[in-house]
Amino acid sequence: MVNYFKLIALGVVTLFAMMAANYARDLAYMIHAFIIMGVSFGLFVWSLRSFGTKVTAHDQTEYMDDVIRAGVIATSFWGVVGFLVGVVIAFQLAFPVLNFEWAQGYANFGRLRPLHTSAVIFAFGGNALIATSFYIVQRTSAARLWGGNLAWFVFWGYQLFIVLAATGYLLGGTQSKEYAEPEWYVDLWLTIVWVAYLAVFLGTIIKRKEPHIYVANWFFLSFIVTVAMLHVVNNLTIPVSIWGSKSVIVWAGVQDGMVQWWYGHNAVGFFLTAGFLGMMYYFIPKQAERPVFSYKLSIIHFWALIFLYIWAGPHHLHYTALPDWASTLGMVFSIILWMPSWGGMINGLMTLSGAWDKLRTDPVIRMMVISLGFYGMSTFEGPMMSIRAVNSLSHYTDWTIGHVHSGALGWNGMITFGALYFLVPVLWKRERLYSLSLVSWHFWLATIGIILYAASMWVTGIMEGLMWREVDANGFLVNSFADTVAAKFPMYVVRGLGGVMFLLGAIIMCYNLWMTVRKAPAKEASLTVAVPAE
Amino acid sequence: MSKKTDENKDIPTTGHSWDGIEEYDNPMPRWWVWVFYATIVWGIGYSIAYPAWPGIKSATAGVLGFSTRANVAADIQAQEDKLGPINAKLEAADLTAIVDDAELNGFAVSSGAAVFKTWCAQCHGSGAAGAVGYPNLLDNDWLWGGDIENIYLTVKHGIRNEEDDDARYSQMTAFGDILEAEQIDEVVNFVMSLSGDPVDASKVEAGAVVYEENCAACHMEDGTGDQFQGAPNLADAIWLFGGDYDSIAQTVKYSRFGVMPAWQPRLSEAQIRAVSLYVHQLGGGE
Repeated sequence: MVNYFKLIALGVVTLFAMMAANYARDLAYMIHAFIIMGVSFGLFVWSLRSFGTKVTAHDQTEYMDDVIRAGVIATSFWGVVGFLVGVVIAFQLAFPVLNFEWAQGYANFGRLRPLHTSAVIFAFGGNALIATSFYIVQRTSAARLWGGNLAWFVFWGYQLFIVLAATGYLLGGTQSKEYAEPEWYVDLWLTIVWVAYLAVFLGTIIKRKEPHIYVANWFFLSFIVTVAMLHVVNNLTIPVSIWGSKSVIVWAGVQDGMVQWWYGHNAVGFFLTAGFLGMMYYFIPKQAERPVFSYKLSIIHFWALIFLYIWAGPHHLHYTALPDWASTLGMVFSIILWMPSWGGMINGLMTLSGAWDKLRTDPVIRMMVISLGFYGMSTFEGPMMSIRAVNSLSHYTDWTIGHVHSGALGWNGMITFGALYFLVPVLWKRERLYSLSLVSWHFWLATIGIILYAASMWVTGIMEGLMWREVDANGFLVNSFADTVAAKFPMYVVRGLGGVMFLLGAIIMCYNLWMTVRKAPAKEASLTVAVPAE
Repeated sequence: MSKKTDENKDIPTTGHSWDGIEEYDNPMPRWWVWVFYATIVWGIGYSIAYPAWPGIKSATAGVLGFSTRANVAADIQAQEDKLGPINAKLEAADLTAIVDDAELNGFAVSSGAAVFKTWCAQCHGSGAAGAVGYPNLLDNDWLWGGDIENIYLTVKHGIRNEEDDDARYSQMTAFGDILEAEQIDEVVNFVMSLSGDPVDASKVEAGAVVYEENCAACHMEDGTGDQFQGAPNLADAIWLFGGDYDSIAQTVKYSRFGVMPAWQPRLSEAQIRAVSLYVHQLGGGE
């Protein structure tokens, strides 16, 4: 019966997408209609051919790992894509001639920039979060993922979201909200996928065989729930036409600005911080083979973090039309947030006490430790930059870009690389990684790359801020905007080189992981069977 | 309680284990707790001192009376108080005589430089060297006159814009539909010969006839142009839209229509005077 409904639904979607492609008012919408038509038609044919075949029941005591293997591949793939686009736009800023005439309107900086940010945050980071959360929730609940093939729906649905978002940016289908660029129908699709994600995750927790919920799962759950709320509120738009991509946001003026940065800041807070802390809380104790340092600290810093983060958004709007009171509160909550953020770093680093010698021999744990270092650094830098007086210098400058990247490359990137190095041998049942020295190469290339990136952006950011506010004895501005752009050129080249090193490291990682699957000796282990730890 | 034999053996774990991960029941680091408390105490104090807590219709104003709007208004007022007298003097002075008043002229030039960097650099370049379609202001080739009064008029009212009735206006004829292709070829060669080498020297003579009949009325017989109607000098090897064969042929066929906005409502009289004086002293002022 369900299969009939499925076939009918897929047929209707295919037909509707055909009509949509026909009536499309703009190119992005039309291409998207074709993509959706192709996908739903393919699924229709596939469902029809497999109609009536007996579904093989899965052993419920076995973990569902194939979707995680797919997630690991997707994470690596989107990571390289996102870093590559980042390198391209870094050099476009240094050498504007790289905004080729023939690519105007498709591959100029303005179109590629959201492609880069979304590719690294949502495609690379998002796939990493989905894959690791599915892995961790099964292991720490000693239960197979709830919902059967729903996990596969989450995976493929999320990839479709990424493809629609990415092609939309290149074709001009964007609602121009930073980190929330996809248009209304892509937002609706992501909402469906995200609810399914929540259901799979929560369902698995509910049927867990462990008496308690592990700390990593609190973080993952807060991430999934809050991102759902942020996504829905910030994307409340009214489509101009059902046959076009354009939509109009329901928020107006400074309220729209506030909603946007409430969303934007908590995308950092819950996507890139809480979610990745979940990752950290599993992989660091696992790789170090040590107990977590303090249960109390994890409780207190978890609740403090999620309570405080949600209020910090207004610090993105200092000295704007936003009322002073909102600006003050944003700053105050940001500063109080400092210690709760550091709680995660302390708990991670102190977990290593008694195992510090492993840093010498295990480059994977070195990667995880440096990710905590960058995490601590950027969660100190953030509150500092939220101080109104500091912000008046730093805002709108490259300092912000440097801050974001020391967090994104250093913290999110490195902890994800560590998790991938941990996961691949386990998921593909290998004895060990193909090459530890390649991990070391990756570690050093990435670390030096991030340092070049962050340091060059500190220099240009502070220089730029000082040049903008430089006045002569009469109070007249000394520099034009173009003067500051010209002055930044050498640092832009250094930043681009840092990006190249980081990208090279990621490519080495992909090679290493590939060779691990192909060449590393196999391991017969029972890591894939769900057994409660006690 | 599970057991771990290591230097932490005195510290118990919570007794749970997930996939082999245990948790120590360590207390939170004291310094962490105290810094956390300190930021909270600071936060309460700060939000009493500054505008912070929202009510139904307004928010607490803060005991320090801080307001970014009041601050920026005060900053602007302070700047106006400081520069008010000298700006008034600049507005009242005879435009042509300012250059003789060293103090006033020095002030006007530094004020004008700031205005230029904010409002003019986008088109004319931060060094005022211009670009294709945007005149170079460093040389002594002027479309509408390079003395201080003409520069002032250009800045104040702009050129060929719709917003200011006093903007100076002229329009070159597009000769693409008027002249034969051959005549255009000839006249382009002639125009090129005025300041350098034509592509085809054999056509210059015929081009001179075409020029005489169609172009000389505005650009003058010797090609030196007419600043009264903004007709460029064609004999000085300085080209606003390019001096190669194709660019000149494009100009002859389709004409050009460079527009400059009027700065009168956007900039104050003192700022307009200041930036005119700044441009005038860049090197080409007459």
